[in-house]
Amino acid sequence: MILQKGSPAPDFDLHATPDQKLKLSDFRGKRVILAFYPADWSPVCSDQMALYNETLKYFHKSNADILGISVDSKWCHMAFSQSRKLHFPLLSDFEPKGEISKKYGAFNELEGESLRALFVIDEKGIIQWSYLSPDGINPGADGILDALEEMVTSKNKT
Amino acid sequence: MSKLKLPVNEQDHKKGSSTAKIILVEYGDYQCPHCGIAHPFTKKLISQFSRDLQFVFRNFPLQEMHPQALISAQAAEAADHQNKFWEMHDMIFEHQNILSANNLILFSENLHLDPAVFAKDWKSKIVLSRIESDFDSGIRSGVNGTPTFFLNGSRLETYDETYESLALAVENLLHMSHKTN
Repeated sequence: MILQKGSPAPDFDLHATPDQKLKLSDFRGKRVILAFYPADWSPVCSDQMALYNETLKYFHKSNADILGISVDSKWCHMAFSQSRKLHFPLLSDFEPKGEISKKYGAFNELEGESLRALFVIDEKGIIQWSYLSPDGINPGADGILDALEEMVTSKNKT
Repeated sequence: MSKLKLPVNEQDHKKGSSTAKIILVEYGDYQCPHCGIAHPFTKKLISQFSRDLQFVFRNFPLQEMHPQALISAQAAEAADHQNKFWEMHDMIFEHQNILSANNLILFSENLHLDPAVFAKDWKSKIVLSRIESDFDSGIRSGVNGTPTFFLNGSRLETYDETYESLALAVENLLHMSHKTN
């Protein structure tokens, strides 16, 4: 099962480009959307990442950054990202393969790929929403946006 | 199943019967090849179910992937200001492989739009914010790519890029509405 609401989000230190690494803890004080997906280049994934590329301003309005994660290598990510003109980082969960995906419960052992799973993490590094989508289905952005709004509402209540 | 979050309203571009029991909403992108495939299907559907169906088109331009998508949507919306939305909509989809700013202006001339008014409306804030509000309602309704169809407010999951899959979905719904009446 993927990590659920209330769990601390496991930290990571993964390549975003061949010469840059990103840690989850770099984003403390901001919200982070983690989008695990099976593979670069497969058509459904492309649609999902392409969609998030178009919805970045919605995420930024809610003080959230999005990071894509798959087991593809940093070089593969670079080519994919350039080809799709993506404006957000893709992290490479490549060595040891799938280590971070496994920590989030989002690894498909049979295929050796990440599952298609979404996590919304708050400013303190706690998971506030998670969702596992069937592999072949692009989950869209509505669940993420609802979760981000819910966080604002519940914050205002307290 | 995803639901259409923003009901069909006065703002929408509608075609077909205004008293129809069935409303088909498409979220589409003028440069998307799959929307190009669906375009003749929706036209045929409107004529086949002329009494029972209303068709609504909402903009969902994927701008990073399709650099001509937004200016095309803007051209169609600007044409709407001169009551030629559907004419421009058809013109764009029927010339999908040659979309460019120059050609969109040519289309507007072919449709006898007032050039000065078109030029002003095309890049206007009103037109842009209208497209953004379509996109917004699409995202909220779980649109994850184009085309996405909603039939009477529920996302159509059975469309498989054939006319038959659309027609069958409409027929099934019609059949059900006759039963309940």
